[in-house]
Amino acid sequence: MLILTCPMCGVTAEETEFHGGGEAHLKRFGPGSSEDEFEGYLFMRENPKGVHFERWRHANGCGKWFHAARCTTTLEVFGTYAAQTYEPPAEIKAVISDKRPGWRWREHS
Amino acid sequence: MSEQATLSQTALGGARYDAGIATIVEAPLQGMITLRGDLASAKVKNAATGVAGVDMPGQRQVNCVEQSGIAWMSPDELLVLCPYADVAANMAKMQKTLGKGHALAVNVSDARAMFHLGGTHARDVMAKLAPVDLRRDQFTPGMIRRTRMAQVAAAFWVDGDDRFSIICFRSQAQYVFDLLKIAAQPGSEVGHI
Ligand SMILES: [Zn+2]
Repeated sequence: MLILTCPMCGVTAEETEFHGGGEAHLKRFGPGSSEDEFEGYLFMRENPKGVHFERWRHANGCGKWFHAARCTTTLEVFGTYAAQTYEPPAEIKAVISDKRPGWRWREHS
Repeated sequence: MSEQATLSQTALGGARYDAGIATIVEAPLQGMITLRGDLASAKVKNAATGVAGVDMPGQRQVNCVEQSGIAWMSPDELLVLCPYADVAANMAKMQKTLGKGHALAVNVSDARAMFHLGGTHARDVMAKLAPVDLRRDQFTPGMIRRTRMAQVAAAFWVDGDDRFSIICFRSQAQYVFDLLKIAAQPGSEVGHI
């Protein structure tokens, strides 16, 4: 079972209190972008075995969106952090490096 | 302030169930005002405490005396409780306190239903329905928890006698009452709490 801690209200609960919001840190490409960029933004997603970054919403709780870094194979959660960031914070990356040395996810490592 | 139509009856007309391992009672109409804004702002705090007559609660806490209180609902949301008959006057008082500050106060009394759940096995009954650790040393009086009960959203807190106050959407009142009844059916004690 996936257990998440909402960084906005501090509640720790299993995943049915939350709702998954897909991959984290997508950069939006809209009008004026190339077709490849637009395709990548709309359709191309990571599907890793291991370290992954996602958006979640505390749907049955405080209602806030946040980010989670977790392992897709073990369901270990490395950390959760605010929605108001474009990339994984250094402290989250440090936790992952400690537990999964040499990890890579998109351009992050 | 415009006249607001108010309901004269609760969703289930004061339904109750006491044939099981816990007692379920639909509460009388309860005044509820959602207040959203910067919870660090003095105006927002004063708007809430000024009508509820209790201290500002901390994160995930509730301060409630009989029908009046304040519940912390999210980092920018409070639920102000007051007697149903006082809502209009309290709304006016809150708007005055808030002034032109960026905040929102809305009367949600008729959009909610409230239940009380009591008895020796009340914690057992709640634990069957919500993904919350309800052991006495974990879920303690003064805490409020927003979560789900089976398939719908709910918020609840407990007092020192294991008596729960449960708030849900009015349109889901029958569902929540039925859930509680099934979870409280005779002989269904779990006894791990
Ligand atoms: Zn939350």
